[in-house]
Amino acid sequence: MSDASKARIADVFNEPGCDKNQAKNTKERKKGCSKPLTPGAAAGGCAFDGAKIALQPLTDVVHLVHGPLACEGNGWDNRHASSSGPTLYRTGFTTDMTEMDIVMGNGEKRLYRAIKEAVARHNPPAVFVYATCVPAVIGDDIEAVCKHATAKLGTPCIPINAPGFVGSKNLGNKLAGEALIDHVIGTIEPEIVTDTDINILGEYNLSGELWQVRPLLDHLGIRVQSCVTGDARYREVASSHRVRVNMMVCSTALINVARKMQERFGIPYFEGSFYGISDTSDSLRIMARMLVERGANVSLVDRAEALITAEEARAWARIEPYRAALRGKRVLLYTGGVKSWSIVAALQEIGMEIVSTSVRKSTDNDKDKIKALMGGDAHMVDSIPPREMYAQLKRGDADIMLSGGRSQFVALKARTPWLDINQERHNAYAGYDGMVELVSELHKAIVNPVWQELRRPAPWEATDRETERTVLLETAC
Amino acid sequence: MADIIYSRKSLATNPLKSSTPLGAALAYLGIAGSVPLLHGAQGCTSFALVLAVRHTKEAIPMQTTAIDEVATVMGGAENLEEALLNLTKRMKPRFVGIATTALMETRGEDITGDLKLITARRSELQNVRIVLAKTPDFAGALEDGWSKAVTAIIDEIVEPRGPSVPLYQQVNILPGVHQTPGDIEWIVETVESFGLVPVVLPDVSGSLDGTVPDHYIPTTFGGISVDAILRMGRARHTIAIGEHMRAPAERLATRTGVPSTVLPTLTGLGPSDDFVALLSEIADCPAPARLRRQRSQLVDAMLDGHFYFGSKRVAIGADPDLLTGLAAFFTSMGADIVAAVSSTANSPLLAEVPTARVVIGDLLDLEDSAAAAGADLLVTHSHGRQVSERLGIPLLRIGFPVFDRLGTMHRCTAGYRGTRNLIFEVANIVLSGLHSHAPEDFAHAKLIIEETRHVGATSGTC
Repeated sequence: MSDASKARIADVFNEPGCDKNQAKNTKERKKGCSKPLTPGAAAGGCAFDGAKIALQPLTDVVHLVHGPLACEGNGWDNRHASSSGPTLYRTGFTTDMTEMDIVMGNGEKRLYRAIKEAVARHNPPAVFVYATCVPAVIGDDIEAVCKHATAKLGTPCIPINAPGFVGSKNLGNKLAGEALIDHVIGTIEPEIVTDTDINILGEYNLSGELWQVRPLLDHLGIRVQSCVTGDARYREVASSHRVRVNMMVCSTALINVARKMQERFGIPYFEGSFYGISDTSDSLRIMARMLVERGANVSLVDRAEALITAEEARAWARIEPYRAALRGKRVLLYTGGVKSWSIVAALQEIGMEIVSTSVRKSTDNDKDKIKALMGGDAHMVDSIPPREMYAQLKRGDADIMLSGGRSQFVALKARTPWLDINQERHNAYAGYDGMVELVSELHKAIVNPVWQELRRPAPWEATDRETERTVLLETAC
Repeated sequence: MADIIYSRKSLATNPLKSSTPLGAALAYLGIAGSVPLLHGAQGCTSFALVLAVRHTKEAIPMQTTAIDEVATVMGGAENLEEALLNLTKRMKPRFVGIATTALMETRGEDITGDLKLITARRSELQNVRIVLAKTPDFAGALEDGWSKAVTAIIDEIVEPRGPSVPLYQQVNILPGVHQTPGDIEWIVETVESFGLVPVVLPDVSGSLDGTVPDHYIPTTFGGISVDAILRMGRARHTIAIGEHMRAPAERLATRTGVPSTVLPTLTGLGPSDDFVALLSEIADCPAPARLRRQRSQLVDAMLDGHFYFGSKRVAIGADPDLLTGLAAFFTSMGADIVAAVSSTANSPLLAEVPTARVVIGDLLDLEDSAAAAGADLLVTHSHGRQVSERLGIPLLRIGFPVFDRLGTMHRCTAGYRGTRNLIFEVANIVLSGLHSHAPEDFAHAKLIIEETRHVGATSGTC
C-alpha cells in the first residue's frame, strides 16, 4: 500500500466534520475510527464494498474492478439504485486477474488493456477504477495506470484506492468520497448556474427514492445540480462545485465530501433526511433558508412553508385509514444511522409502539433525538445477537420487525412479519409519499391473514396433544 | 464437436462465473452442524454470503477470518486461529470448512501447516472437524471450489478401507454444485426404491431445502453428518454427477476401494436411463414400477414438448458441466446450440458439445455470439437478464445464481421427473412468446404473389 493512500486513510479518520470524531481527544483520534474486526464474528462488507456502494449509482461511467473474480463477480448488479437513462453502471467490469497475472506481475498491464477495451467499446465519459486486495498486495500502482490511461486515451480514469483489507464499508464510503474530491468534483464548469442550485450528497436513489423527493424541490424551483451519486451522470458530479448549498443525506458516508467542498468552494452544507414526515419538512425548511442566505429570492421561505403545510396535511390524511389497524402494534426497529429516529417519530405519531431500536450507526446527536422521543434510553440497543432476536420474536415481543436483509430470516423463521427498510428493498420510502408508502406496507404486512394460517398446528401436533390428553386421563382414572 | 476458443480480452464484462471459494462454501453447507469459514478479508465473505442468501432465500452461516492490513503484511495465522476459536465458542459447530481466498493464496503462506499447529495446540477445537480447501479466486470457478472442498472432506474425514469396514447396502452419491435440494430428493428416492441406502456428500437437501426449524440454530441444521462421511468406505458403489466430481470420486475410490462411476449429467432421457441402469446393476434388481411410470411420463412430455424445441436457436452460458449437460438435453429435443460460453475450460467434455465452438468467457461473449447467431432462447443464470432485455429474447434461468425467482432450491431438473419438468418449463417459455398471426407475418408471401402478378401483367401487354 502506497504512502499516499495511507495518508489519505489517516486524513479520512481525522475528519473534523464528524461529530463522533470531535468528541474524541487527540490520542483517540489518532487511532482512527475503524473498530478492530473480530475474526470469526465479523459481519459486513469491506472498504472496497463501501467504495463501490457509494459510487456505483453513477449511471454513465464504466466501473472497473481490478482484482480476481470474486470482488466483482460475486457482487455486481445487486442493488436497486435506479437510473433515468444510462444503464452502463449495471454492467459488471473486472480484470478477473489470473494466477499468471499475479505470478508474472502483469496486473498493471492487464489493467491498462482492460481500460482501453472498455473505452473502445463503450466510450464512457469516465472510467472508475477500483483497487482490491490482491493488486494492492502485489504492488500494482493503479494511480499511475489511471494517470497514464487518462493521458493516452483522453478519457478521465479515476483511481479508487480502497482495497478490502484497509477497513470497513464505512471507511470505503469515505475513500470513495476522497476520490471524487481529488479527481472529479470541480473538473468541469457547469453550463447553467442559478441561485437555487443544490447538490444532494449520500443519496443513492435506491428504488427511485430521489424521484420521490424531486417533485417537491421542482415545485419550489430548487434545482438539483447533482445527486452524489444517485441517478448521477459524470458531468453533473464533475460540475457540482458551483452550487449554493449542499444537503448531506447519509451523514456518516460522505461527510468528508461536504466539508471539503465547503473548504474548497465555499459551499455551506447541512445534514438532513428525507425519511419521515417531520424530517422531510425540516430539510425543506433549512434548505430554503440557506438558499435565501446565499442569495435566492426571499419568497422561497414562505413558499416552502406553504408546501410543507399542504404536503403534511395530505400525507396525514392518506395515513389516516391505516391508523386504527396499526395503533398499539409493537415494532422492533433494527437499522442504523439517521433512519432510526426519523422513522421512530413517524411510527409513534400513528400510535405504534417501538419495542426497541438499534443505534449501531447512529451519532450521539441521533441518540439524543431518540431518547427525547422515546422517553429515556431503555429501548435503545446497540446490536442484538441473532439468537436473542429470534427468542424475542418467537416470544411475541413484537408484532413486526423492520430491518435489513441480513436479519430477514431471523424474523421469518420465527413466523413474524418483517419489512425490509435497507438498501435491497424494492419500495421507496422517501419524502411525504414515501412515509405513506411505508405505513401502507406495514399495514399490508401486519394484517395479512397468512400469519394466522402459519401458526396453525400441524395435524399430528393436534393428534399428539389428543393422545397426550388421553394418556393423562387414563393415568388419572 | 466443438472448438474451444479462449478469449484474449483483458477485460471481463458481466462475469459468467461465480468464485471458487463460494463453490467450496456451498459444499460445506451440505454438512450438518457446519460453518464455512472464508480465509480472507471480510468482504470476501460478505459478497459470497449476500449472493448465497439471494440464491437460496435462506439464512446462511458463513464466517470470515477478517484479514486486515496488519494481517496482510504479517501473515494470517493468528486471524485463522482467532476465527476458529471465536466461531466454535459462539456457534458450536460440529464441522468447520475453511476455504482460502485469492488474498491469502497470493501471500503464499503455509496455511495447511498453520492449521495443523492450531488444532494441535488448541484443545477447544478437538470436537470440531476442520477441513481446509485451497481455493483462490484466480483459479477456476464455482464447480472447482465445490469439487476441491469435497476432495478435502474425503481426505480429512473418510475412514480408509480396512477389515473393520463391512460392506453394506450403501451407495455413495457425490452430487455436483448445480444439483439442487429438489434434484437430490429425486436421487435419494430413486436410490431407495432399489432397496439401497444413499449417502450423499454434500447433502444440501437437508440444509438448504427451506424449512422452518422450531428453534434457533446458528450452524447448518441438516445435511450429511460427519459420522456418515466417516463410513463412506462401506458402500458398494460411488456415483458422482458431473465431470468436476471425478477427482473426489477417484480420491474416495483410492481411499476406500469402493468402485465409482462418473455420470456427466442426470438431465435427459439417456442420462436418466444410465443412472437407473447403474442402480439396477448395483442392487441386482429390476427397476420398480414407479420409475417405469416416471419414464413413461417423460416420454410423453417429450412427445408433447418437442414441437417447441425443434430448430430453436439456443444460446447457453454456464459452468462446464452444466453447459455440457444442458447442451446435450436441448440437442436431444431438436434444438440447435448456436452459442455456447463456458466459465472455465476445466472439463474434457466441452469439446463434445454439439456446436461449432465453445467460448471460455463472460456474458458479453454470450451476448455477442447470441446476437450474431440470431439466438431465440437464452439459457444462463439470473445475470443474463440484462442480455435477455437487450436482445429481446426470453431467458431460461438456470445455474448459479438465480436470485430473481422463487423456488430455485426445489426445482428438479434431474432424472425422469426433473427432465419432464424442464421440458414443460422451456415449452411454456416458448408458448408465452408465441403471438397470434397477423397479415404482416406473411408479407413475404404477398410480395411473391405481387411479383408474379406483375410478371403476368407485363407478359400480357406484350
